[in-house]
Amino acid sequence: MAERLIKSMTLNFGPQHPAAHGVLRLVLEMDGEVIERADPHIGMLHRGTEKLIEYKTYLQALPYFDRLDYTAPLNQEHPFLLAVEKLLGIEVPPRAQYIRVLYCEIGRILNHLLNIATYALDIGAMTPLLWAFEEREKLMEFYERVSGARMHTAYFRAGGVHQDLPAGLLEDIARFCETLPQLIDDVETLLTDNRIFRQRSVDIGAVSLEDALDWGFSGPMLRASGAPWDLRKAQPYECYEDLEFDIPVGKNGDCFDRYLVRIEEMRQSIRIMRQCIERMPDGPVMTQDHKVTPPRRAEMKRSMEALIHHFKLYTEGFHVPAGETYTAVETPKGEFAVYLVADGTNKPYRCKIRPPAFAHLSAMDFMCRGHMLADSVAILGSLDIVFGEVDR
Amino acid sequence: MDQALIDLGDYIDAANPGAVLGAEVGYGELVVTTTARAVVKLLTFLRDDQNCQFKQLMDVTAVDRPDREARFEIVYNMLSLKHNQRVRIKLAADASTPVPSVTAVFSSANWFEREVWDLFGVSFSDHPDLRRIMTDYGFEGHPLRKDFPLTGYVEVRYDPDQKRVVYEPVKLPQEFRDFDFMSPWEGMLHLPGDEKAEADAEPDAKSAAGEEGDG
Repeated sequence: MAERLIKSMTLNFGPQHPAAHGVLRLVLEMDGEVIERADPHIGMLHRGTEKLIEYKTYLQALPYFDRLDYTAPLNQEHPFLLAVEKLLGIEVPPRAQYIRVLYCEIGRILNHLLNIATYALDIGAMTPLLWAFEEREKLMEFYERVSGARMHTAYFRAGGVHQDLPAGLLEDIARFCETLPQLIDDVETLLTDNRIFRQRSVDIGAVSLEDALDWGFSGPMLRASGAPWDLRKAQPYECYEDLEFDIPVGKNGDCFDRYLVRIEEMRQSIRIMRQCIERMPDGPVMTQDHKVTPPRRAEMKRSMEALIHHFKLYTEGFHVPAGETYTAVETPKGEFAVYLVADGTNKPYRCKIRPPAFAHLSAMDFMCRGHMLADSVAILGSLDIVFGEVDR
Repeated sequence: MDQALIDLGDYIDAANPGAVLGAEVGYGELVVTTTARAVVKLLTFLRDDQNCQFKQLMDVTAVDRPDREARFEIVYNMLSLKHNQRVRIKLAADASTPVPSVTAVFSSANWFEREVWDLFGVSFSDHPDLRRIMTDYGFEGHPLRKDFPLTGYVEVRYDPDQKRVVYEPVKLPQEFRDFDFMSPWEGMLHLPGDEKAEADAEPDAKSAAGEEGDG
């Protein structure tokens, strides 16, 4: 039989596809079932966050960060505030540091629960989603109790956190830390040794350490490829230096290793949360420099100066001295950084947001080549993409 | 920490004669200024040299400074896992001259450079796939330039008669509010109505303004 040349087929995946994790349009060039080239089209959720921030005061710019990666909102606020605090040269009181770390770890669990659950759903396991979302709801209740909002909290502020923890909250979080490991174990019994789950994820989208570095990977994606790298350990910020936790590292850099790394990171997060609750120091939750942080309400009723400070802060905002910094933190998805250029006014001159998932998604073509169509969904799920932060 | 960065800056300068215009440390971060011509070589050196090992290009971005002759500043942020250090490479560029792409050195630069092209309009030569990435298909203009209005030029809506999405010029029911919080006590260098007094003190005021803008 004579050989016939078959034209490759172009397949349009998304933007309205449940496995596209938001609004990804993936143009796939297929040779039968095999992907020859994957071309992700992003920007469907581009809201011009960086442009908007240039027109807002530092306080007004803060809530935009919640809306980037909406699965772990507080982790995004963190680098922006660290950058502002670095330029302002202010210290955050220890209690505020511990509260921030506690809530960042809650964010990490929120993110990993969602990622593992939706990843499992993408490749055929429904139950973890139902379980995980129940726990996420409880975690978001902790967000709500401390800030009044489940997701878009704007709770971290320059110089500390907006308000102290309400009475009884720490005890409730501690109680939650007792129950969550059981859930993680249950999810693992469903997935880790599951034959279908393994067939869909082991050796799929494997990335060597060298490639992972080349493509700018960070977070669980880099650790699954075998680099023991975590900014919380390597370049510690806040009080991470005083806390004990381990960094899980993968071996093969495939989808299955990424899943295992995330599972173990949740356990480590619980460990960090327990330590935070145990050691939670007393004291103020904001620096007492009222040029940056608002005065207490009771003070405002009596002191003229406090009133002026309050008025100036919420209209004009504080001025950040001219300078620039690239400040990165370890968010659940990887290295999330803010490159902040201040020009001495009350608004940022330029605020570049470096989302980890942007770099991960740019490697989509590299990772998908030669895989089957169904694997692209598994790879995409294991990248942990949220379009709020990819598109900004 | 700072001393190590100063040493590293000196080392990079010494190893790349002519490629480094300046190296300084601010807020515990090393900033190396270079030129568009030398950037590919410099980044390759930083990646491969034993004492640098900046194996990761974490970010490429730009800053628009319309008051400068070469108005864009391209910023590369690199990370070395081995030495646990970061370095920031900066170079000046304008809208008409393309900057050599570093995609061949770091694959991660591909999308970051596309983003800079899309949002700032700085083009990169030898880039394998320099398309727009963030903005809409068929978008015109470069939104992160300082002279691009925040509200943009066009808005979209679905037209039920034509049964498609149509683009129209932006109509603002309420005027765009940009509050001026300049206070006469801080930040404001020129008081309105004080032009006469300023004319006498002109040379001083100018040099002061020049220093302000440097940061």
